Amino acid sequence: MSARFKQLSGHTLFWPLLTLALLLVANGIFNPGFLALQWREGHLYGNLIDIVNRAAPLILVSIGMTLVIAVRGLDISVGAVLAISATVAAWMIGGALVVDHGVTTAVTRLPMPVAIAGALGVALACGLWNGLLVVRAGMQPIIATLILMVAGRGLAQLIGGGQILTIYYPPYFYLGNGFLLGLPFTLFVVAAIYALTHVALNRTALGLFIRAIGVNPVASRVAGIRARLITIGLYMFCALMAGVAGLIVSSNVKSADANNAGQLLELDAILAVTLGGTLLTGGRFSLAGSVVGALIIQTLTSTIYSVGIPPQVNMVVKAMLVFAVMLLQSAEFRTTVRGWLVRTERRA
Amino acid sequence: MSDTAILQASGIGKRYAGVAALHDVQLTLRAGEVHALMGQNGAGKSTLIKVLTGVVAPDDGTIALVGEPIAPRSPADAQRLGISTVYQEVNLCPNLSVAENICAGRFARRRWTRTIHWSRVHEEAAAIMRRLDLDIDVTRSLSSYPVAIQQMVAIARAVSVSARVLILDEPTSSLDEDEVRQLFAVMRTLREQGMAILFVTHFLDQVYAICDRITVLRNGGFVGEYRTSELPQAALISAMVGREFALTGTDRQAVPTGEAAPLLTAQGLGRRGGVWPTDLQIRRGEVLGLGGLLGSGRTELARLLFGLDPADAGVIAIDGDERRWRAPAEAIAHGIALCPEERKTEGIVAELSVRENIVLALQARLGLRRYLSRAQQNEIAQRFVELLGIKTASIETPVGLLSGGNQQKVVLARWLVTEPRLLMLDEPTRGIDIAAKQEIMSEILKLARQGMAVLFISAEIDELVRVCDRIAVMRERRKAGELVGGSSEHAVLDLIAGTA
Repeated sequence: MSARFKQLSGHTLFWPLLTLALLLVANGIFNPGFLALQWREGHLYGNLIDIVNRAAPLILVSIGMTLVIAVRGLDISVGAVLAISATVAAWMIGGALVVDHGVTTAVTRLPMPVAIAGALGVALACGLWNGLLVVRAGMQPIIATLILMVAGRGLAQLIGGGQILTIYYPPYFYLGNGFLLGLPFTLFVVAAIYALTHVALNRTALGLFIRAIGVNPVASRVAGIRARLITIGLYMFCALMAGVAGLIVSSNVKSADANNAGQLLELDAILAVTLGGTLLTGGRFSLAGSVVGALIIQTLTSTIYSVGIPPQVNMVVKAMLVFAVMLLQSAEFRTTVRGWLVRTERRA
Repeated sequence: MSDTAILQASGIGKRYAGVAALHDVQLTLRAGEVHALMGQNGAGKSTLIKVLTGVVAPDDGTIALVGEPIAPRSPADAQRLGISTVYQEVNLCPNLSVAENICAGRFARRRWTRTIHWSRVHEEAAAIMRRLDLDIDVTRSLSSYPVAIQQMVAIARAVSVSARVLILDEPTSSLDEDEVRQLFAVMRTLREQGMAILFVTHFLDQVYAICDRITVLRNGGFVGEYRTSELPQAALISAMVGREFALTGTDRQAVPTGEAAPLLTAQGLGRRGGVWPTDLQIRRGEVLGLGGLLGSGRTELARLLFGLDPADAGVIAIDGDERRWRAPAEAIAHGIALCPEERKTEGIVAELSVRENIVLALQARLGLRRYLSRAQQNEIAQRFVELLGIKTASIETPVGLLSGGNQQKVVLARWLVTEPRLLMLDEPTRGIDIAAKQEIMSEILKLARQGMAVLFISAEIDELVRVCDRIAVMRERRKAGELVGGSSEHAVLDLIAGTA
C-alpha cells in the first residue's frame, strides 16, 4: 500500500464515501438507468435526486444525533419527537376544504407560521426534557430518552385523538413536495441547516467545547466550560432537528400518523452516525460523515427496491449489507484481513 | 510476635518510563504479626503491593518466601505460593451466596456424577468462616450482608487457600467504627494462627490500634522499619512527610502582604460530607499554604472555593462582594483558577492537542462567540510551551502522549493564560519528577511576586513552610489552625497530628 493511499484511507470520510460510491456503482450495474438525471417540466428528476430527497429527514436527525453522541449522549426519542412535531403541525394547521359559491378554498385552524412555530416549540420542549433528565437528574442517556420514546408516541396520539390527521392545506405541502430552482425544496432546507451547523461548530468555539466535553466532561467543567448547559442545548438541537424532519414528513404525505411516523428512525440515525465515523464513546465526531451515513442508508433502501428483493426479506438484506459495511469500516477487521493476505502471500 | 521472617523483600526497584516508582525498598513480614505499610500518595505503596502479588515484575531485588526465592508472575500465581490479597473494593459476586463466593473455582464434587456437592460446600465455607470467629448463614447471598461482613468474606476466601501472607489494601476505608473493630478482631484471630498480615491504611489511629511493626516509604524509597511501640505518632508523620528535596530560589520573607486587602474571604463555608464550616482569607500577592493529611478536607475546601461542589453553608466574598458559585465558570469569571489534584481525570483533556488544552480555559471564559483565531491560539500555545519549558513534539500533539510533569505544566499553562487573580494548586507537584517540580514551583512564586494570590495545597510540610506566607492546616475536615510562614515544621506537624 502506498503512503498516499494510507494517508487517504486515514481520513474520516474515506470509508463512508467509498461505501456510498460502491453502492451507487453496484446500482448502476444492476440497473443501467439508475444514475441518469432528467430535466422534465422544469424539475430535475432521477434516482439520485430521489435518494437525497427521501433521506432529508434522516440526514437532519443524524446531524442532531451526531452532536448529542459527541458529548457522550444518545437520543432514542427522535422518532417519537418527529411524530409529535408532525401531529402538532397537522393539528394546528388542520385545514378543511370549504366550498363557497362553487369555489373551494383551503382554510386552516391556525395560520401556517404559527403551526410551524408551535410544532418546533414542542420539539424544543421535548429536547429540554431529555437534556434535563440527563444532566440534572443524572440518568443514563439511553434510559432518559427511552422515557420520551415510549411516552412520546402516546402523547402524539393524544394530540391527534388516536387518528391519522389529514392536512388539507396546499401551501403546507410545498415544504415536503415543492421545487425551488428545479430542485426539491427539502434539499435547500437540509443544505441550510448543515451549513449553519457547520459554521456554528467551526466559526465559534462550540466544536472545541463539544470535543472537550466528549473526551473528558469533568476536566471540561473544571476548565470553565458550561458543560451542562451545552449538553442540554445539544439535546434541544437534536429534538429540533427531529421536529423539522416531522414537518417535512407530514408535509410530504399530507398527514400525520402518530403511530408510524418516524418509526425506528432513532436506530437509522444512530447507524448513520456510526457509519460516518463518529465514535459512540464521544469526543470524535464528523458532521459530514453522518450525512454520508444517512445517504448510505437511504441508498441501501432504494437499492433493495430497485433490485427487486421481495419486501418480506428486505430487513434481512439491509442488515447483511450494514454488517458488511461495518466490518469494512472496522479498523480491527481490516488489520485481521491484512494479516490473512500477508500470510497467504508468504505461502504462495 | 515471633521473629521468623515469612516474607522478605529486599532491594526492590521498579521504574515506569524511566521514573523510579520504587528504589531499593525492603520489607520483612514475620509470622504472627500485623505490619503496617505507610506512606503518602505516590510513596510507592501500591507499586510494592503489585510487585509482591505478581501484578508487575520488579526491575531489581529479590523476594523470598520462608527463605525460598520466588518470582510471582500473576496474582493467581502469588496466591498459589501463599500470598493472598484483599483489595479496598470488595471484588466478589454480590448475587452469589457466601459459600459460593468462598469456594468458587474449587467446589467439592460428588464422586460419580461430578456434580457439586452443595452440602459439603456449605460445611466447608462455614468452617472457614468459623476460623475467623464468624458464625453466619453461608447460604444467603453476599449482598444481604453489610460491607464489613463482605470484606470478611473476601478475607475468608483469601486465607482459605492456605495463605501464609495476607495483604489488606485499605480494607477499612468504607467501614464504620464498629465494623472496623470487627475486622480487627478477625485480624487478631489470624495473627494468633501465625499469619503474616500486611495492612495498608491512611488512618494513623488504626495503625496504633492493631499493628506490631511499621514500614514507611517515601517517594519510592525505604525510610525505615519501626516497632509501633517505639514510634510516636508525630515521628511517624515526619517519617512519612520527610524532607527530601531542597527548593532553590524561594525567598518569601521579603514580601510584605499582611496589610493588603483580602481578595477572597470565606466565612463558615462548608458542605455536608465534605468540610465543616470553615473561615479562610486570602490576600493579593500572598501564597497561602493549605496543609493536612489525605482526607483532611484540603481538596474539598478548594473545590468549594472554586464552585466545583456547591456549598451548603457559608458565604464567599470577592473584593468584599458576596458571591455564590453555581458552576466553576462563575468562579473563573471572577479570576479564580484551580489546578486539580487528579490530573488525568480532572485536568487534561487527553485526546485534544496541547494547543487546545492550553487555550481551553481562556476560550471558555471568552464564551462561544469570541472564538480565538487559529493564529492567536498558536501564538498563545507557543508562548506558554516556551515559558514553562513544556517538552512536546509539537503544539498539535495530543496532550495524553506527554509525560506526567509536562501534562501538569499544560494544565498550569491553561490557567496562567487566563491571568487569574487567585490560583489554587492542589498537590501540583504530585507524581512528577523533581526537576519539573522545581520549575513549576519557581514559576508560581514568580507570579505571586507580581501580585497573584496563590492557594497552595500540599502534604509536604517542608515545601509549605518554605514557600508560603501563611499556612492553614486542616484536620478531620476542619481548619485546625493557621501559622505564619517560616514557622517550624514541628509547629505544622503538631497541628496536622492534633498533638499541640
